[in-house]
Amino acid sequence: MALVQTTELLFRRADAQRGLGRWVSNHWPTVSLVVVLVLLPAIANSFILDQIVGWSLILGTIALSLMFLAGYGGMVSLAQMSVAGVAGYMIAVFGASSLPKISLFWPWWVAAPTAIMIAVAFGTLVGALSARTEGIYTIMITLALASAFFYLTLQNWPIFNGFNGFTTIPAPHFFGVNWKDPIPLYYMILFFAALSYAAVIYIARAPFGLALQGVRDNARRMEAIGYNVAAHRIAAYAFAALIAAIGGILMVWLNNQISPFTIGIDAIIDLLVIAVVGGLGHPIGAFIGAIIYVTLRAFALDFLVAIGLDGRRFQTLIGLGFLVIVLFSPDGVIGLWRRWSARVRAAGGRNGW
Amino acid sequence: MSAAVDNDKSVDGAGRGDALRRWIGYHPAAALIIALAVIFFLWLILAPWPPDFEEVFGKKLLFINALFNGITLGGLYFLVASGFTLIFGLMRYVNLAHGSLYLFGGYMGYEATQWTGSWLFSYVVAFVCCAIVGVAMQFFIFRRMEGQDLRQTLVTLGLSIIFSDLMVWVWGGNAIQIDAPDALSGPVRTPIIVSIRSSGEAMFLQYARVRLVILAAAVIIGIGMWLALNRTRIGMMIRAGVDDRDMLSALGYRVQLLFVVVFAFGAGLAGMAGIVGGTFQSISLGEDSKFLLASLVVVIVGGLGSIPGAALGALIVGLAEQIGTVYFQNYATVLSFLIMVIVLAIRPQGLLGKR
Repeated sequence: MALVQTTELLFRRADAQRGLGRWVSNHWPTVSLVVVLVLLPAIANSFILDQIVGWSLILGTIALSLMFLAGYGGMVSLAQMSVAGVAGYMIAVFGASSLPKISLFWPWWVAAPTAIMIAVAFGTLVGALSARTEGIYTIMITLALASAFFYLTLQNWPIFNGFNGFTTIPAPHFFGVNWKDPIPLYYMILFFAALSYAAVIYIARAPFGLALQGVRDNARRMEAIGYNVAAHRIAAYAFAALIAAIGGILMVWLNNQISPFTIGIDAIIDLLVIAVVGGLGHPIGAFIGAIIYVTLRAFALDFLVAIGLDGRRFQTLIGLGFLVIVLFSPDGVIGLWRRWSARVRAAGGRNGW
Repeated sequence: MSAAVDNDKSVDGAGRGDALRRWIGYHPAAALIIALAVIFFLWLILAPWPPDFEEVFGKKLLFINALFNGITLGGLYFLVASGFTLIFGLMRYVNLAHGSLYLFGGYMGYEATQWTGSWLFSYVVAFVCCAIVGVAMQFFIFRRMEGQDLRQTLVTLGLSIIFSDLMVWVWGGNAIQIDAPDALSGPVRTPIIVSIRSSGEAMFLQYARVRLVILAAAVIIGIGMWLALNRTRIGMMIRAGVDDRDMLSALGYRVQLLFVVVFAFGAGLAGMAGIVGGTFQSISLGEDSKFLLASLVVVIVGGLGSIPGAALGALIVGLAEQIGTVYFQNYATVLSFLIMVIVLAIRPQGLLGKR
């Protein structure tokens, strides 16, 4: 019995190495997803393209930064939306907007890196303040810091233009492409989302990522081995802030505006909902959560009316969905997927025998 | 050697006064500065301000009003935050639905005053309603995920999303004001001189009576909680649970029952605070997250899980908000968060928190 199993395994491995066809059939979800995302502009209209898929990819990227901190670092930071907001605000301040009194109209290749640097500095500062505390404290402190930033943008007029925020913040025009147009914008978003995703996958397996996961599992033991726990945590915050900042700039370029309510308390909580519903166990969870959230947001009104309920009860729907996921599948939708595919595999194996 | 022994003895046998004198002996400069600050503060409150001083710092009336408003707001924050900190201290999860309980209590109190016309009775209604919700939450949900504090916190977040949406459904988005009974409305004259007219007649501060009554109630509740925690059997169990929950349960105490009681009490306090808030200001959509944040800042500043810390934090945050509104209009809310950041940087466990 054991011998048969071993040979089966060996054969499988040999098959896998044989060729691309085999690799594709083993990774069919990934491959088909990539194909669909790349070819999407050919079939989808610009609403689906930018407002559904593009927006999901952006929210997914920002949620990815939360997932990185929570999943690999064990630090549930609610300040990631604010980091994205800092980057978004800064691109409006340094770049172009409809407010010549505040905006400096620097070219995009100066404005965007500056905005990202400031956002990373902000994210690192948040990390430095909360890295000395643990677990549940992190949620409280980052929530409080994020709302502090929300109130600052709401009350500060010289830099953040208070209640109104900024409008007309165009995506730049370079390499002969106008990135404001739906299809180039979509590809730009897709590129950066994929880049962030790949970066997180890579970092998670790099020595730094492994040490971070060690810190998550047992900080005291890591400290005893000689790792600088606080430094690892702060570095994780800095890396997550970089991803969130990229997402924040794309968010502003897509929505063409930013105001305090883009980064308000509801938005902060929605981001956590996205990350948790998708699942904190794997980077793809952030994007799955984002597409579920955006689709629900776009079509929930019609759906609720169709089943005879008040369309305005959208938040209750979101809250209930979140509650069900937290209560019954703590590892989110990808946890459901993993369990389902394990069961299918087990069933298939039994049939095969 | 014998001197050292004597020294120890005197420490053991020393009263409060001796300890204070000893502290002053060790830190003469700090003691002098504190004493001067206290005297200056008393002068600020009691004496009429000279004209030059008023020119720089504005009218005394503004300052005194901000001070009183800050202290009374601190009383309100204490009512909300003490339940929050008690629940955290014992059960180790952050109840992010605490703001919803506050808002729910306010709405229930409003309904009760509409039906019965009794302001005092509405406190009972709000306390009982919120306590029932709290017991249900603890009994049906949190008990099932004992020890998973992150998951419990996320559940409270989901509940707060649902609660706030349902409350918008029932009560709408308009602000609701709860009227205080006639006996408590109107101003009261305090013996504090605000200014002296040119005729030499002294002007005394007029202050809303209901706010003073509520402040007194908050102080009484605070002292009552301190006594209950430090002088009763159940308080002893709670303190033991805060220090070491597993050991308390191993000794045969019914920890789950204690959790339910504490959660009900904390939720009920938040509900009563909802009526206070509705009488002070108003209750409306969005107040839940505002008060959740206020309690977060209060307990982070004061120290998580500590009742005296909640009192100190509430006072600081309330004062910062009100004094900020008068003197730094644009950044009033940011000021209290700034205080929080400074406390976090210097003393992450909070002013009165334990490591």
